[in-house]
Amino acid sequence: MKTVNQKAWFFVLPVLLLVAFNALIPMMTVVNYSVQETFGNNLFLWEGLTWFEQLLTEERFYKALGRQFMFTGLILAIEVPLGIAIALSMPRQGIWVPVCLILMALPMLIPWNVVGAMWNIFTLPDIGLLGYFLNNVLGINYDMTQDPIAAWVTIITMDVWHWTSLVVLLAYAGLVSIPDAYYQAAKIDGASNWSVFRFIQLPKMKPVLTIAILLRFMDSFNIYTEPFVLTGGGPGNSTTLLSIDLVKRALGQFDLGPAAAMSLIYFAITLLVSWLFYTLMTKDDLN
Amino acid sequence: MKKRSIVPIIYILFLLLPIYWLVAMSFKTTNEILGGFSLFPQTFTLENYRVIFTDPTWYWGYINSISYVTLNTVISITVALPAAYAFSRYRFLGDKQLFFWLLTNRMAPAAVFALPFFQLYSAVGLFDTYLAVALAHCLFNIPLSVWILEGFMAGVPKELDETAYVDGYSFPRFFVTIFLPSIKAGVGVAAFFCFMFSWVELLLAKTLTAVAAKPIAAIMTKTASSAGYELGLLAAAGTLTIIPGAIVIYFVRNYIAKGFAMGRV
Repeated sequence: MKTVNQKAWFFVLPVLLLVAFNALIPMMTVVNYSVQETFGNNLFLWEGLTWFEQLLTEERFYKALGRQFMFTGLILAIEVPLGIAIALSMPRQGIWVPVCLILMALPMLIPWNVVGAMWNIFTLPDIGLLGYFLNNVLGINYDMTQDPIAAWVTIITMDVWHWTSLVVLLAYAGLVSIPDAYYQAAKIDGASNWSVFRFIQLPKMKPVLTIAILLRFMDSFNIYTEPFVLTGGGPGNSTTLLSIDLVKRALGQFDLGPAAAMSLIYFAITLLVSWLFYTLMTKDDLN
Repeated sequence: MKKRSIVPIIYILFLLLPIYWLVAMSFKTTNEILGGFSLFPQTFTLENYRVIFTDPTWYWGYINSISYVTLNTVISITVALPAAYAFSRYRFLGDKQLFFWLLTNRMAPAAVFALPFFQLYSAVGLFDTYLAVALAHCLFNIPLSVWILEGFMAGVPKELDETAYVDGYSFPRFFVTIFLPSIKAGVGVAAFFCFMFSWVELLLAKTLTAVAAKPIAAIMTKTASSAGYELGLLAAAGTLTIIPGAIVIYFVRNYIAKGFAMGRV
């Protein structure tokens, strides 16, 4: 049992100060922008909630938000089950464990813009490995600069390539921490593979899966660099996710006010959904 | 070879294909890359790598990146250790709320917070230093480190702490000589995550630097656009960005494999 000790605050203080410095001050600046109109460098006019009203009645915002939810939904639906399946079929001991882990972690260690650039070239129809193979060997008409569906397939594939390993690593960590005794007991009871998975492995993986799902949700919901380098939001606006739309406003059109208002709404949505995930996945632990 | 090992093998092949493509391109001339499709380099060249290792703008990019990533990992782990200890051992006012609030700091869309970050770090006179990027990356690395370390610490029985006090250890001495070694796998895993997320993050790193501390990934985009489109050079630089990461995984591989198993993470 944990003991009550209010002095523990001193242990948390450095973390609190560092994170607050980075989180609260920029957040205040954004809140400030969101209620003002900017002219040049030093002229600010009070605008009240105009930007929020304008944004929430705009079709463009809802379309970008819809694409964002579709992207994140697909990512979670593919990466979580796939990651668990791969973790289940990985070796538990021996020399192949570190080899598998090192090779699987490689994509995560490539800077995000390099990931975007390398997938861009990889999928070009005439000179890229994948694009060339699909077009000239399999005869599939595939060009992500022209076809929105191809662009979506490419973005999803890229993200699956990039991040499934995170789920694998965490799920694997959960799996190897299950004591052998559980499996032996299940064997004596004559449990099927499915019930071993459902009643032993899945519950034991729950804490790590909570981290995996939350991280994948937050990161895919805020994804910017890779899809921007890959497609730039095109063709048309078909892959303009929320963050890409946001930067187009903030830097492209220099609409600081609307962009700030938008990022606050964006942040609120992310917070709400994450909180729902978090509460749903940890509610059993609290009882 | 067992049947079930097919799945990881296929998955690893899928992971390695684009990486192979990048490495193969780095040994090609830009003309060959743009000229058409070839599975292997036809005119094998090391020119791309020669440029990177002889041009200071290029190789300083790597030194800059490695510097701020190391600094960030050290800061994050140092402050996360006592905090994680507090969360795993004590109950205090607002502990649960604080824990979740820490996590929320990964959620702010970095794209728009980049400008306020620039203003903040310019105001405190840290712009274009390693420290600026290292501190900024704390925003998402500290919460994750606290989370991971707390998991590992919760796995260490509390009796260990009590025995140490009975034996007359002071708290700092107990923490360094007894507690830390028993969670060193967790420290390895947390350090790996800090390294990884700081190494790949670009938006904030690019915003907070100009010349002196510019990360390699930012130099790549700049040089590529000013010199036309040097695909071979870009591929070589990209290939080199994988190497420090690969070295780090090599060193923490045992922590990842065995270490995770200890705590509930």
